[in-house]
Amino acid sequence: MIEPKATPMREQAPDVRIRNFDEVPLGYSEDEAIREASRCLQCKNAPCVGGCPVGIDIPGFIQAVKERKHDAAIARIKESNALPAVCGRVCPQETQCQGVCTLGKKLEPVAIGRLERFCADWEATHEACTPAVQPATGKRIAVVGSGPAGLTAAGELRRRGHDVTVFELLHVAGGVLMYGIPEFRLPKAIVQREIDALRRLGVRIEVNKVVGRVATISELLRDGYDAVFVGTGAGLPQFLGVPGENLNGVYSANEFLTRTNLMRAYRFPEYDTPIKVGRRVVTVGGGNVAMDSARTALRLGAEESVIVYRRSEAELPARKEEVHHAKEEGVQLQLLTNPVEFLGDKGRVRAVRCLRMELGEPDASGRRRPVPVKGSEFEIETDTVVIAIGNGPHPLIPQTTPDLALTKSGNIAADATTGATNLRGVYAGGDIVTGAATVIEAMGAGKRAAAAIHEYVSR
Amino acid sequence: MYRILSKRTLGPKIREYVIEAPDVAKVGKAGQFVVLRLHERGERIPLTIVECDRKTGGVTLVVQEVGKSTQEMGDRFQEGDSVLDVAGPLGLPSEIARYGTVICIGGGLGIAPLYPIARDLKAAGNEVIGILGARSRDLLFYEDRLAAVCDELHVMTDDGTYGRKGFVSDPLREILAGGRKIARVWAIGPAIMMKVCAGVTREFGVPTLVSLNSVMIDGTGMCGGCRVEVAGEAKFACVDGPEFDAHKVDFDLLISRQRFYAEEEACAVEKYLAQKRGEGGTR
Repeated sequence: MIEPKATPMREQAPDVRIRNFDEVPLGYSEDEAIREASRCLQCKNAPCVGGCPVGIDIPGFIQAVKERKHDAAIARIKESNALPAVCGRVCPQETQCQGVCTLGKKLEPVAIGRLERFCADWEATHEACTPAVQPATGKRIAVVGSGPAGLTAAGELRRRGHDVTVFELLHVAGGVLMYGIPEFRLPKAIVQREIDALRRLGVRIEVNKVVGRVATISELLRDGYDAVFVGTGAGLPQFLGVPGENLNGVYSANEFLTRTNLMRAYRFPEYDTPIKVGRRVVTVGGGNVAMDSARTALRLGAEESVIVYRRSEAELPARKEEVHHAKEEGVQLQLLTNPVEFLGDKGRVRAVRCLRMELGEPDASGRRRPVPVKGSEFEIETDTVVIAIGNGPHPLIPQTTPDLALTKSGNIAADATTGATNLRGVYAGGDIVTGAATVIEAMGAGKRAAAAIHEYVSR
Repeated sequence: MYRILSKRTLGPKIREYVIEAPDVAKVGKAGQFVVLRLHERGERIPLTIVECDRKTGGVTLVVQEVGKSTQEMGDRFQEGDSVLDVAGPLGLPSEIARYGTVICIGGGLGIAPLYPIARDLKAAGNEVIGILGARSRDLLFYEDRLAAVCDELHVMTDDGTYGRKGFVSDPLREILAGGRKIARVWAIGPAIMMKVCAGVTREFGVPTLVSLNSVMIDGTGMCGGCRVEVAGEAKFACVDGPEFDAHKVDFDLLISRQRFYAEEEACAVEKYLAQKRGEGGTR
């Protein structure tokens, strides 16, 4: 008899957690993990593996957990995934491995993400499992950007025996895992742990290195790198382009989250970087970044945190779990609402003028297009606004690599399977190619590109 | 870690540092900047490059001690010590070409970033007219360096304690009204000074560039905190600039955005000074 419901994971209570930046879900105990692992049917065809962008042997690692062989479980995961502690926390499992779990047809699917997290956290308190590294090949690979795509590519290439250097322009490695995703969803110590593991593997990581300016991609190739992987992400914040958007107190989500996560503004003045929040914060957008921003605002002391989104709840692009957490914490959803202007007082934003929307015919994305309701203008008083409507490609590499082929949206044009660009020896993957997507998709791209780069330099 | 190769005082609360950052020194150009962070809890401070020494790997920066971080740098970071992070060069370099006769205006701390532009314009074959301004005699620095690269140099102080009494816009107006053919003007300094200079050159239709020092975090196009309005369009000072067409910049917005964290800055300074007093001074 299989337990119909997945083993729940304990969480910090909403009224407690909005006063701290600590992680919300607390993780499985060993007993809980084994109980959940026992729900797995060990399907021969293993649809879950096909649902995983990096193809982890999911039944294999779950079987090991069930047998209390946690070291074997984490080793099995690490064969395919260099960042399990990260993926166990931020992957949208509900649309990937768990979305195709056989058990899910009748009951709740196996909580694969929670089990992955359990294994990674177990490793952190036990002896680290360092994957085997092939003998040195003498080939040098440069990886530009140390986010999920770059770190994955670096790990995969290093394991194949190549000499790998990762260049990061910020002062810490990790990319969006460090500056973007909040501490309460992905503790920075965990990201650091994964990065340290890559260093132990022999990956060199150089921070404060502005590739494009210090050396261009073609200079890297000329200076002895056999291939370059570009994983510079979607770092350029997009704005609405409405009046008043440059008023003080209107932040891009990137700035709001970077000040908080990377610069630790929540500990100002102990840390030097400040942030201003006020009583009410309005976040514009409906994705995970919007949820992260709205939840961060509460933790920074806002009494009210309101999300303004132009479609209805069904169309929210954020993960269900994130929306659920945000609501639990008291984030208000102002749906079918579109900001048309920011109003200020002495240079500081004081209100958002909005229009009510209704859903019309489906648009190109297949979602029903929001249409403004005539005469429905109203204002929301606010102290701070966070614009979380998406990010464009980070501009530096496209700007400084004149021959690199780009797409219409300014992303790098790269082969979907190999990551090959139009330049010989130059590969790209992750958000810089696809536009803003998920951590695991970027990791998948990094992994596929690493295989292609390996083949290219081994010729 | 990035070692401080030398440190000297140029005036009250104005210091020049040469910091070992070979990557930046190798390729840094006039008009570009670096982002510096003192220590683990430090903020990212954008500083315009004054000079790059390709041989020693030294990057010269001039810092005015106005906020907590810059005061701390002055008090606690000596020659031989290291700062935690230096990243760069960032931003677009100044467009150096042979224009003819150009005017280079530096006000206050703006004299530091102006110097390499004047130097490179001179080297490119321009006739360079320099105008330097400071509130008072003791705040003026680099007069000798500018004199060495300018064909003509006007020095102004607000209080008349040195050079001529008045503002940098005074000789600017005189030169333009005198009918000399000026191809371009660079004006770098406090926002209000740049605004006034832009007003003068607009009257005479002389193309003018200003370097905008808005508040920023990463300095690479990611936060958008440094956005300014140029010709009614939002631009990022870090990647689209820092130099922009002075006649199209919304200076009032720049000034307003520069002041946004004034309260927090004051609080940080106060806390720092209290702590410093508690420690019985600094070394």
